[in-house]
Amino acid sequence: MIIQNKSDIIPSEITPKSVFDNRRDFIQKAGFGLIAGAAGLISNPLKAATVSSGTTEGAGRLVGRANAPAIVKPTSFGARQKISGYNKTAYGASEKLTAYEDITTYNNYYEFGTDKNEPAINSKLFKPYPWTVSIEGEVKKNKTISIEDIYKLAPLEERIYRMRCVEGWSMVIPWIGLPLAQLIKWAEPNANAKYVEFVSLADKQQMPGQNIQVLDWPYTEGLRMDEAMNPLTIMAVGLYGEQLPNQNGAPLRLVTPWKYGFKGIKGIVKIRFVEKMPVSSWMKAGPSEYGFYANVNPNVEHPRWTQSSERRIGAGLFAGRIKTQMFNGYTEQVGQMYAGLDLRKNF
Amino acid sequence: MLAFLNKNPSKKQISWIKAVVFIICLIPLIRLVWLGVVDNLGANPIEFIEHSTGFWALFILLATLTLTPIRLLSGRAWPIQIRRMLGLFMFFYVCLHIITYVWLDFAFDWLAITKDVAKHPRILVGFAAFILSVPLALTSTNSMMKRLRERWKQLHQLVYFIAILVIVHFWWLVKKDIREPLLYACILMVLLGIRIYYKYIKAPKVSSKVQVNSL
Repeated sequence: MIIQNKSDIIPSEITPKSVFDNRRDFIQKAGFGLIAGAAGLISNPLKAATVSSGTTEGAGRLVGRANAPAIVKPTSFGARQKISGYNKTAYGASEKLTAYEDITTYNNYYEFGTDKNEPAINSKLFKPYPWTVSIEGEVKKNKTISIEDIYKLAPLEERIYRMRCVEGWSMVIPWIGLPLAQLIKWAEPNANAKYVEFVSLADKQQMPGQNIQVLDWPYTEGLRMDEAMNPLTIMAVGLYGEQLPNQNGAPLRLVTPWKYGFKGIKGIVKIRFVEKMPVSSWMKAGPSEYGFYANVNPNVEHPRWTQSSERRIGAGLFAGRIKTQMFNGYTEQVGQMYAGLDLRKNF
Repeated sequence: MLAFLNKNPSKKQISWIKAVVFIICLIPLIRLVWLGVVDNLGANPIEFIEHSTGFWALFILLATLTLTPIRLLSGRAWPIQIRRMLGLFMFFYVCLHIITYVWLDFAFDWLAITKDVAKHPRILVGFAAFILSVPLALTSTNSMMKRLRERWKQLHQLVYFIAILVIVHFWWLVKKDIREPLLYACILMVLLGIRIYYKYIKAPKVSSKVQVNSL
C-alpha cells in the first residue's frame, strides 16, 4: 500500500514527452522481421493508415468566455494545453501520483492499436476539437452539446483517482472533469431511463485501429442510472492540469474509479438513455470474462489475470504487488448501490 | 559468399558458426540489461521483461524446430549441430521468464503463485511447458544421449508438445488481438507439417531425394 502525505510530482515539473518512439517494439520484433514480412497480411497496417490521414493542425484559436475554462485548440502536434480555472478537491489528496509519462504512454485504447505504446503514437493526428456529443433515447428531447458547452455545464474539478485495470496493474491519475450527474441533469432523461449507454467515435480515418475487427466498433459502454449519478462518476476532460491527451480519450471520457479501467470509455460522441441494460463492446467480445458491472473485486477471479493483487505502475522493479481493494477502495461511496446483488454472478 | 552453406562446413567453420549463434542469442539479454540500466523499460518494466523473455524463448524454440525441416528440404544435416545450443538458449530464456515471474512479479509469495497457477489456465499451460522442458535440458549432454539411446529420441520429441503449450500460453495472454500468436501458430504448423509430410507421405522416397540432392 502506498500512502504518502504529499505528491512528489508537481505538474509543472514534468517535461513534455517527446515523440514516444516504438523502438522497444521494433527491436523486439526485428529478429522476426523476415518471417513477419512474409506474412504481410498479419503485420500491422496501423502505421500506414495513420500517415495517410495526416493534415496539419490550424493556428491556435481561443474558444469560450474569459471566466469559463476555455478550450484551446493545439497549435501543433502534441502541443499540451493547460486548463485554466478548475477546483482542487480532497479526492485522493494523499495518493502518490503516477508519472505523466506513464499515464500517457501506457494505454489501452484499441482504436489506436492493441499494444499499450501504440495509442500515443497512432493518435497524434486525431482531432478532438471541434467536438459535439449527441444526447438521445429516453430524454425529454434529443439534443447535442459541444465540448465547449460541456466545459461550462459545471465548475471543473480535479479528482485524483486510482485506476485499476483488469489486466492487474493500476495507476493514480489526477483527472479534471465534471460530475456526470451534471451532464445528465442537463440532458433531462425521462422516467423510462434506467441505464445510460455511451458510444465512442467510429472513424477509420482517424482511428486506424478500427480497420481491424478486434472489437465490435464503435466502442460502447454502459452504466446503471444510479451508478451514472453517483458523485464519484465523472466525465473527464483533462489530466495533470491539461486538456486530455488524445491517447487518454480526448476530448471527453468516462471515469468510474471503482470499476475496471475498460469501463472508462473514451472519445464519447453519443450518450443514450435506455430502459434495458446495454451490452458493451467487451461484453460482446467475451461474455464469460467481462460483465456489465465490472466492479473491481479481489474475490472474483478473472480467467486470465489475478484480481486479488495488482502492480502499481511506476513503483519500480522490486516493489512487489499491492492488495487489490474491494471496489478499488471506494466501498464507502459506492458499496450501498450493490447491496443484495450477487457480485459473483453480476461481475 | 555463402558458398560454404552448400557443402558441409569443416569443424573449424562449425565452431565459428556456433560462436556467432551464441553471441546472437545473447543479444536479447544484453538489450534487456541495457534498457534496465538506462531506465527505458517503459511504464510496466516487469511486464516488459516477462514479455521479452517469453517472446525470445518462443522465437528460439521455433528456430530450433526449423533445423530438421532445413535438413529434410535441403538434404543438409550440418545445421543440426547448433540444435543443442539453441535448445539450451530457449531454456535459458524460459528460466529468466520464470525468475521474473516468481521474483519480480510475485516476490516469492508461493501461496499467491500457487493460486495464480491453479486459477489461470494461461499460467498453468506455461508452467507445464516449463516443467516439461526441464528433463530435456538435463538430458542434453552427450553422455545422457548415449545412455538413453532410443529413449532419448522419444523423450526429446516432447519438444513438439512444449511448443504447442507455449503457443497456447501466448494465445490466452492476449485479450482480443490474436494476430501475433496466430502468426507463431502458423509457423509451428508449417514446421511440424513438413516433418509429418516427410515421415508419413514422403518416407518411402527419402533415399531417392537424398540422391537428387547430392547430384
